[in-house]
Amino acid sequence: MALLEIENLHAGVDDKAILNGFDLTIQAGEVHAIMGPNGSGKSTLSYLLAGRDGYEAQNGNVRFDGADLLDMEPEARAIAGMFLAFQYPLEIPGVTNMTFLRTALNAVRRGRGEDEMDPASFLRMVREKSRAMGVDDDMLKRPLNVGFSGGEKKRNEVLQMAVLEPRLAILDETDSGLDIDALQTVADGVNAMRSDARGMLVITHYQRLLDFIKPDFVHVMVHGRIVRSGGPELAEELERSGYGAYLGAETGGQGNEVGAAHA
Amino acid sequence: MSEAKTGIDRETVDQVANFGGENYKYGFTTDIDADKAPNGLNADIIRFISAKKGEPEWLLEWRLDAFERWQTMQEPDWAHVDYPKIDYQDLCYYAAPKSMEDGPKSLDEVDPELLRTYEKLGIPLQEQEVLAGVRKVAVDAVFDSVSVGTTFREELAKAGVIFCSFSEAVKNHPDLVRKYLGSVVPQSDNYFAALNSAVFSDGSFVYIPPGVRCPMELSTYFRINEANTGQFERTLVIADRGSYVSYLEGCTAPMRDENQLHAAVVELVALEDAEIKYSTVQNWYPGDADGRGGIYNFVTKRGDCREARARISWTQVETGSAVTWKYPSCILRGDETVGEFYSIAISNNLQQVDSGTKMLHLGRNTSSKIISKGISAGRSSNAYRGQVSVHPKAANARNFTQCDSLLIGDKCAAHTVPYIEAKNISAVLEHEATTSKISGDQMFYCRQRGLDPEEAVALIVNGFCRDVLQNLPMEFAVEAQKLVGISLEGSVG
Ligand SMILES: Nc1ncnc2c1ncn2[C@@H]1O[C@H](COP(=O)(O)OP(=O)(O)OP(=O)(O)O)[C@@H](O)[C@H]1O
Ligand SMILES: [Mg+2]
Repeated sequence: MALLEIENLHAGVDDKAILNGFDLTIQAGEVHAIMGPNGSGKSTLSYLLAGRDGYEAQNGNVRFDGADLLDMEPEARAIAGMFLAFQYPLEIPGVTNMTFLRTALNAVRRGRGEDEMDPASFLRMVREKSRAMGVDDDMLKRPLNVGFSGGEKKRNEVLQMAVLEPRLAILDETDSGLDIDALQTVADGVNAMRSDARGMLVITHYQRLLDFIKPDFVHVMVHGRIVRSGGPELAEELERSGYGAYLGAETGGQGNEVGAAHA
Repeated sequence: MSEAKTGIDRETVDQVANFGGENYKYGFTTDIDADKAPNGLNADIIRFISAKKGEPEWLLEWRLDAFERWQTMQEPDWAHVDYPKIDYQDLCYYAAPKSMEDGPKSLDEVDPELLRTYEKLGIPLQEQEVLAGVRKVAVDAVFDSVSVGTTFREELAKAGVIFCSFSEAVKNHPDLVRKYLGSVVPQSDNYFAALNSAVFSDGSFVYIPPGVRCPMELSTYFRINEANTGQFERTLVIADRGSYVSYLEGCTAPMRDENQLHAAVVELVALEDAEIKYSTVQNWYPGDADGRGGIYNFVTKRGDCREARARISWTQVETGSAVTWKYPSCILRGDETVGEFYSIAISNNLQQVDSGTKMLHLGRNTSSKIISKGISAGRSSNAYRGQVSVHPKAANARNFTQCDSLLIGDKCAAHTVPYIEAKNISAVLEHEATTSKISGDQMFYCRQRGLDPEEAVALIVNGFCRDVLQNLPMEFAVEAQKLVGISLEGSVG
């Protein structure tokens, strides 16, 4: 059974169509990358998968581990193993990073019918994982994301992912705003989590990230659907020639021909 | 705001709006025979209360004097609260469990039904049970109009600390009571203080002798049980020179459809170099989701830093009551005295809160600090009212005020009413205020990490209150954190 199976997904916000017949299947163990111009619907897709309020599917199916994903509350999806690294992580004043990590991990474990982790093991585990992500003790004690730099927020998202050990991780532009060293750190963190049991969906604008995190598949998303899929070489091609060809074709026809032509 | 966002906010609103009285965990009644005064308020009722308590003549006179003044006073109407007129003649001013008729007994003799009540409330009146905890806490338990028992008295007595019910203090330490009663909150201070002075029934009395650091936390637990009965307790805490005490009060009441009146007076006196930390976890029954029932909490609390370098710190977590009218204040009379006020006030459903503090700078080099966190949800109203006043002789006074409001949903209201009055140009007064909302995005972020909506709200609100929660004695901080979550609980999950 596929880990994630998206079929003919149509969705919009405020009556505005954003996803137009989106299809994607991710098997456990695979890393997929989605690239596409601004506004093509990449974040919308990730919000829809994570269950953000206001993002409704008008049509189509999403199965996560066989279950009907669109029927589940956001926290139930998290408990089932869906993780979204936010493009814009939120600040929560007064709640330390550490408290947030512990609350989240315990909520997820409770939801899975597991015992909460004892404080000593938790502390050891977080220390170890945060060292790997270059998140120091001071950042663990600070209120969540408050005053964190852009890059710190992104590293912190990956730390949360490492602590929660999801089955499917969606990374929405986690590489944006990272300096070169941080990019390496984040990529190392993500690569360390690659496993046969886990799937990843990496949304990015830059081929450079894909040099560090080698995807199994690369998809081009335009106007709410995948118009072309390929291997890592597709990312290099896009880096050279941009989205012009896809955009032109999309606005010229109904878009179906383009998808068909490259399928 | 985009539709998506409004949608999320609306959901948050619904969750908290769904919280009705049924979530109140302390709403049970104790079935016990009570000895009650007939309803109504007149000089005879006051004589009846005084006689029940076997009080000396001077105290009866003091009560009657207060009653006379009260009759000439008007109920205040300046606060941001709205409630039907109270019929003071239709209330009972004295109710005591029959078994307590002969005054407080040793804990072994207390009616088991009463002990069970406190057990259910999580307040152990058995000393050995308390010993199992991290630190010892001595408890005075007040049930309706009387104190039913005080723990750890002997151990405290060894340190010279007096901790007993107010009635016992009148009997055993009349000089102290006479010297300090009404010295911080005079009989005619305000309408409710005057009423309390006339009819107060019981409460706690604390005296810490010079140079003594009280060896344990002291606490009083107030419980209103009887219907149609007002609770009018009186608390007096005296910290003599160079002493220290940390004191905590908690309050709950059964769920009843009628409103109940609670008009307490708390007086604190800190002498030279003494320090009093006074914490309150107020969880009176707030009424149900439609605003039926609940306690009217009209309380006067004031501390007097009477001599040099005295310090008084108020910390309050206010989650209960239908209407709260309460301004714990500090008189900074001595030079270099320090007053602090840390407050969390949560209002949900139709609760109304008008609370804050007064810092009265009289001595030289005095300083005060005010941190107020107001959280409004449902259709509630939450007002912070604060006064900082610096008198002409109070050179170099300092005040820092921070006043934050958090709104959950868009049907509630928050008001901030600061009065600042500086009559000495050397004063340095700072005031910061913020108003924020729990955003749908924050909720989604938390839920994406596995928290259900209730946990998410509790986490965000606890974060918002962090500066204040940190000031509670450790033993109660965890309790208070849970209470913050519970009082905003929705019916989801
Ligand atoms: N809540 C919303 N209300 C109205 N329009 C929205 C909303 N969310 C997204 N959109 C619109 O949907 C389209 C897709 O947005 P989305 O954020 O999914 O794009 P993206 O592919 O992630 O772009 P980027 O590469 O810039 O991050 C955009 O035109 C955007 O303006
Ligand atoms: Mg995006």
